[in-house]
Amino acid sequence: MNYFKKVPAVLLLEDGQAYHGYSIGGIGTSAGEICFNTGMTGYQEIFSDPSYFGQLLVMTNAHIGNYGTLADDQESKGMKISGLICKNFSQLYSRKQADQSLNQSLIDNHIIGISDVDTRAIVRHIRNKGAMNAIISSEDQDIESLKNKLAKIPSMNGLELATSVCTKEAYSYGPDTATYKIAVLDLGVKTSILKNLAALHFQLKVFPAKTTFQEMQQWQPDGYFFSNGPGDPAPLDFAIETARHILDADIAFFGICLGHQVLARALGLDTFKMHHGHRGANHPVLNLETGRSEITTQNHGFAVDANSLKPFSNQIILTHQNLNDQTIEGFRLKNRKAFSVQFHPEASPGPHDSSYLFEQFKQYLTQ
Amino acid sequence: MPRDKSIQSVLIIGSGPIIIGQACEFDYSGTQAARSLREEGIEVSLVNSNPATIMTDPVTADHIFLLPLTIQSIEQILKAQKIDAVLPTMGGQTALNLCKEAHELGIWEKYGVKLIGVDMHAIDLTENRELFRQLMAKIDIPVAPSQIANSFLEGKDIAQKIGFPLVIRPSYTLGGSGGSFVHSKEALDNALKRGLSASPTHEVLVEKAVLGWKEFELELLRDHDDNIVIICTVENMDPMGIHTGDSITVAPAMTLSDKAFQRMRDMSFKMMRSLGKFDGGCNVQFALDPETENLIAIEINPRVSRSSALASKATGYPIAKIAAKLAVGYRLHELTNQITGNTSAFFEPSLDYVIVKMPRWNFGKFPGCDETLGLQMKSVGEAMSIGRNFIEALQKACQSLENERIGLGSDGRGWHKVDDLLDGLQNPSWDRVFKIKEALRLGVSINTVQKLTRIDSWFLLEIQQLVNIDEAIKHYDADSIPAALLKRAKEMGYSDLQLAYLLGSSEEKIYAKRMHLNIKRTYKLVDTCAAEFSAQTPYYYSTFDSENESNRSDNKKIIVLGSGPNRIGQGIEFDYCCVHGVMALREMGYEAIMVNCNPETVSTDFDIADKLYFEPVFWEHLREIIELEQPEGVIVQLGGQTALKLAEVLTEKGIKIIGTNYESMDLAEDRGRFSDLLKELEIPYPDYGVAHTAEEALIVAQQVGYPVLVRPSYVLGGQKMRIVINDEELEQSVIGILKHFPDNVILIDHFLDRAEEAEMDLICDGEDVLIMGIMEHIEPAGIHSGDSSAVLPAYDLSPRVVDIMKEYATKLALALHTKGLINIQFAIKNGDVHVIEANPRASRTMPFISKAYQIPFLNIATKIMIGTHKLKDFTYERKLKGFAIKLPVFSFDKFPNVNKELGPEMRSTGESILFINDLHDPYFRDIYRKKSMYLSR
Repeated sequence: MNYFKKVPAVLLLEDGQAYHGYSIGGIGTSAGEICFNTGMTGYQEIFSDPSYFGQLLVMTNAHIGNYGTLADDQESKGMKISGLICKNFSQLYSRKQADQSLNQSLIDNHIIGISDVDTRAIVRHIRNKGAMNAIISSEDQDIESLKNKLAKIPSMNGLELATSVCTKEAYSYGPDTATYKIAVLDLGVKTSILKNLAALHFQLKVFPAKTTFQEMQQWQPDGYFFSNGPGDPAPLDFAIETARHILDADIAFFGICLGHQVLARALGLDTFKMHHGHRGANHPVLNLETGRSEITTQNHGFAVDANSLKPFSNQIILTHQNLNDQTIEGFRLKNRKAFSVQFHPEASPGPHDSSYLFEQFKQYLTQ
Repeated sequence: MPRDKSIQSVLIIGSGPIIIGQACEFDYSGTQAARSLREEGIEVSLVNSNPATIMTDPVTADHIFLLPLTIQSIEQILKAQKIDAVLPTMGGQTALNLCKEAHELGIWEKYGVKLIGVDMHAIDLTENRELFRQLMAKIDIPVAPSQIANSFLEGKDIAQKIGFPLVIRPSYTLGGSGGSFVHSKEALDNALKRGLSASPTHEVLVEKAVLGWKEFELELLRDHDDNIVIICTVENMDPMGIHTGDSITVAPAMTLSDKAFQRMRDMSFKMMRSLGKFDGGCNVQFALDPETENLIAIEINPRVSRSSALASKATGYPIAKIAAKLAVGYRLHELTNQITGNTSAFFEPSLDYVIVKMPRWNFGKFPGCDETLGLQMKSVGEAMSIGRNFIEALQKACQSLENERIGLGSDGRGWHKVDDLLDGLQNPSWDRVFKIKEALRLGVSINTVQKLTRIDSWFLLEIQQLVNIDEAIKHYDADSIPAALLKRAKEMGYSDLQLAYLLGSSEEKIYAKRMHLNIKRTYKLVDTCAAEFSAQTPYYYSTFDSENESNRSDNKKIIVLGSGPNRIGQGIEFDYCCVHGVMALREMGYEAIMVNCNPETVSTDFDIADKLYFEPVFWEHLREIIELEQPEGVIVQLGGQTALKLAEVLTEKGIKIIGTNYESMDLAEDRGRFSDLLKELEIPYPDYGVAHTAEEALIVAQQVGYPVLVRPSYVLGGQKMRIVINDEELEQSVIGILKHFPDNVILIDHFLDRAEEAEMDLICDGEDVLIMGIMEHIEPAGIHSGDSSAVLPAYDLSPRVVDIMKEYATKLALALHTKGLINIQFAIKNGDVHVIEANPRASRTMPFISKAYQIPFLNIATKIMIGTHKLKDFTYERKLKGFAIKLPVFSFDKFPNVNKELGPEMRSTGESILFINDLHDPYFRDIYRKKSMYLSR
């Protein structure tokens, strides 16, 4: 707790901007793309979300770590962020149900972090300059040396990361027998997605990202689910190919986030790297079919290009749109049982406004 | 669906006089709503009996009705004005009750008035605890076990069934009036009796008390299509057991996991939807069991509330403004977030700072009252502070309170007896948070403090850090303290005064040291979105982070100082004055910069001033704003005594005071020099003397003659002011004063017994004097002017006396070199006029006179202060027919055991205005009769 015994740490951005603070979590050096999340609750769920793999995450909330961590709240095994950047970090916590401190969780997962930096200044910087790579170190304070290390980190654009976080072996989840069997293509799936699907009494089988359509078909699923995940959708040829086969076979399909982008690419739409993405639990989305609005959890740095949708307007119906920047948040196909959304209806962390989409998937299965 | 075009004119009902539990937050909401509707081209009518409000000013609404909040007034308005719809959700419980009554009498229907933003059935459901409990059971929302009792015996029976601890809540009362906790059989009888008699329907709810559970509040907004957003989640640092209005509260929630928060969010949606259809704001309160994280719903308020005002200031999201738009049909996604200017109003604000709200109590005004905090709200105002961490915000909140503390402890005012401290932790009063730090400092464990206070240990761990820093700092002096430690202390909200105490140095030296080390305040924006989008609104707070976002413009600028948290003697009137001052500055082409820390006010709305600094009205904070902004000067005469007190140090530092200068203010306050001036001007005044000790006081009293009026100098609302008739009483008073204000000069005046009292507000430009109005008090001299019924114009004074008063006032205003406002008080005995005091600043009666005569006196006064105009540049016409009476309103029902007798110390919390045609008015006759009662005593 002693303020003066903290280990110094440094955050260096690709454009040379440096921020000095104190080390949290493990001691070491870690690099990745810097991004920020504006959620005010649910840091543990965020840090364990595989979609954050390869990213240094700035939390805008003023205090992080206050209520420790709890095994049940994990979104995957272990913490997935490459590094944590925050303003005030609580070493101690008060929640009676918690298993351990956030700091211990970070140390256990070898996550490198930095606290006591002006996170708001960093967010403003990213907002103006766009997403970029960055490096955190609590062992090397030499800016030149860090610059050299940072130069070796590949750009997020064109980076395939899904296979780094997905399951290596197929596994079952949920009830052993059920009316409907759903094949989940794991591109970095969050546990709460599986929980939401299992809650509808679906029998799930989770397959590694590179599993082919033919392999999954052998299990004879009633529907396919493509998960969220990290990285650029463009290099995911294998998954895009699989999606095309599912569409050809006209089997029910639901995609979330990266899964949504894969479906879009399978249909011939373009995806693009956003200036600095959407990450938080307060993103407003308009459901164009009902006219109702939803507060959604979002976590994406790539998006489906709205212009590329226009030629397909006879096949694809835009169903959801972002109220802030009008980007595509979801669509469905006219002649196929397929739909997908860019945001996270499973939330966790975040509001449950869009959980009806899981029910909607069930309806697609019964058609 | 966009706006409902059938609505062209709307009536907004205000909340009436300020009382404990219903304060100026409703001026803020009503004003926002009125402005929001006028943006839509809707004609706005406003009814409120409280003249001190901005909402009843012509700048806010098209038609203003300063009428009592009664059915008669509503009918009078509906006859005079075509009203399409009524919006009753902006004026607290008072407006809702009135709306409900009119609804039951069929008045709205009779005049074809639509009710908007409200569902009458929903109101019934939320106010009747039994209906609420049944509804919650139906929709599967857990609540505390409870049952309604309509009789004493029934109550006892239920109590036995549920078991202690219990809470007794009377139905249909405000701010928890008449409610109490009961821990034992012995206390039950009294609690039941009190509760039953407090309820207008003779009904109480006997409920299981969930003492020590964590308490949270959610602020919701819903539109016509049932889209809902949560604007803010507030965590009460003080757990269940202390009224939320008396709790220290924090936003965002600090100790809440996402799982628990989302359950709360889902439950609040379900509750709001179950109540019925209404478009607008809603507040839901929950209690969370820290052992199990089980939740129960406490209550739901389907209207804009005190916490909505706080949530608006805490997030930047203008809840009342948007709620008004929703009431006329807009959906949230059709509206824009005004802070960013280009994103949707349908979103949930994200905070990258912490706010702390701290209540302000005034127990000193109610000798003998029970100072323990509990079910019933007892605070009279609140301060909000913003910091980059909880501790910084907490210390800034302490600096905002203006209760002579300079932060959370570290000021030598600590307690030393552990037993007293432990008792104070368990039986909370206003100073509990200070006692927590003291207890930790004295080595009491966090565990023990947690057990006694039941405050979540995260907050206690944070406070412990202050104790650690205190210890670390004590190893150094001002020269040797390392820069990193000094910086860390500033990041944790320590004032320079606290550091000076810890380091055995002076504020000035610490300030110089950190300027030298470049440890300066930086300013950050409150932008609703944690910097995700660029924001257009200039709403700032200070912290000690690396990047500063507030840039000085090239415009000529003036700072207006606000009056801080409301308290008795200094309330909403000064917010009214500040808002008008700011508007006049903007009209004259100045950049107006507002500094204030009261979240209930209109002056802290982000679109009133050109730039808002939501900061303590505290010298250190002000100084750095001045350093950054380099204004032409500072206006101190609009923000009450709080602002005025800063005049001396501003002058000392060479900063220009706009308007009357410090020397004149000091002259008016310094009894000796002021009396010399009166003597020189040949103006009579009561014999006086000054004393520093009880000994001296007795001698002075002999000289001036009993009865005497004793008081400390430079205080507010007659604090500690007493009329005494003998040596014994005098000695007691003097000791009492010196205990509270050590080293203060004590003023002793001969008291003019059975004299008439009158006061006058004036504007002076140095050459000419404008007498705004003469108010004659119904009560005799000796009753504080704030507690007196004042009649405008004078009704009983002879023309000769009035002429003498005018002559004296004019002479005095000019002699004091007044530039701007001045209030002068007179005592008239046997036809002789005496001046009792003069205050060269905006007075409590400014809004009353402006409203009564329908003249924008503050606009004029501000232009005089800045020197753009002279009095001769203005013409005006007083529009008052008959008389206007300012009536004091008290909140004594909150302090049942307190002596309600009036005296020289002000105790009223609010005021209302009453217009009468002539002196035959029965209401006037009634209060006039009471005057003779006073005189005969």
